[in-house]
Amino acid sequence: MADKLHFSLVSPERELYSGLVDQVDAPGTEGDFGVLAGHAPFMATLREGRVIVRNEGRETAYEVKGGFADVTASGLTILAEQAAPAPI
Amino acid sequence: MASLKEMRNRIGSVKATQKITKAMQMVAAAKLRRAQDAAQSARPYAERMASVIANLAQGVSGESAPRLLAGTGRDDRHLIVVASSDRGLAGGFNTSIVRAARERISTLQAAGKDVKLLVVGKKARDQLRRLHSEKIIETIDAGGAPSMDVAQAVADRITALFEAGDVDVVTLVYSRFQSVVSQFPTARRLIPAEVVVDAPSVDLKGAVYEYEPSEEAILETLLPRNLTIQLFSAMLENQAGFYASQMTAMDNATRNAGDMIASLTLQYNRTRQAQITKELIEIISGAEAI
Repeated sequence: MADKLHFSLVSPERELYSGLVDQVDAPGTEGDFGVLAGHAPFMATLREGRVIVRNEGRETAYEVKGGFADVTASGLTILAEQAAPAPI
Repeated sequence: MASLKEMRNRIGSVKATQKITKAMQMVAAAKLRRAQDAAQSARPYAERMASVIANLAQGVSGESAPRLLAGTGRDDRHLIVVASSDRGLAGGFNTSIVRAARERISTLQAAGKDVKLLVVGKKARDQLRRLHSEKIIETIDAGGAPSMDVAQAVADRITALFEAGDVDVVTLVYSRFQSVVSQFPTARRLIPAEVVVDAPSVDLKGAVYEYEPSEEAILETLLPRNLTIQLFSAMLENQAGFYASQMTAMDNATRNAGDMIASLTLQYNRTRQAQITKELIEIISGAEAI
């Protein structure tokens, strides 16, 4: 079992997701990127698009608009200006 | 001495008022819970934003620092953003915000600074207009529940003023929500951005942070957003404080009305009894005379 990544998705109104996941794909302004556990410290701004959370073979998608992603040793945090659950 | 009928009417009207204040108290209590939840759920975002900015700010300093972070290097022209509510009947809630703002205005003016006001919420506008109408450059209605749109509108206005070079320092005066029984007016500096000094620094374990795009560019987009978020969270706290304060005020009003009804009823009964006794005496002494 590979290490898990701690991921939280926060919008100004509330925290939409918080927990351990396998992988998160996010739409960066300079291109999409995926984050796995143990990723190097990284910070990127986001464009409008979908954040896809992969955990144990299941995928959850969120529609985000603006914001940024912050990867540290403690996990990935996405601060989105607007975020809402989206159908796969 | 008021007649019995007048007293009955009086008691009736106090009872009606008590019903209204009681209802308002319950409505405020219900809304308070929602406002408190909203304020709480907005906190993680604001906190993380603050710590990210603190981290970035350490790396960017001197000439390359964005102006929203570094300021204009002067502090002659102050803009005070006063955030209050649109509605009243909440005890001293708005008054205490306005008082804090007024104190700030007089201290700044005594120090020879130029002060301008941007007022959010009808109540502060009404109160500030009396003494400081010439300083108010714009008023914005808070408009019901706090929304990102209003916060964005205020932030845009502030940024525009700052970019145009009309102001050097921007401070926000709002009511901080400590608990249901304590909210106190607080001033927070918005521009130059306040950097949380004791923000938990991230342990990178020797790795180097990668930025996409550059550090400066991220900070550049982050700071205006931070402004909006700070305004938004201040508005949320204001809202929670407003309902808490309204709940307390209406609770007091209900209790006062209860006391008033009790004393009026006592007075009413005494008067009625006195009248009956007087009538009896008249009848008895009339009967004795025959």
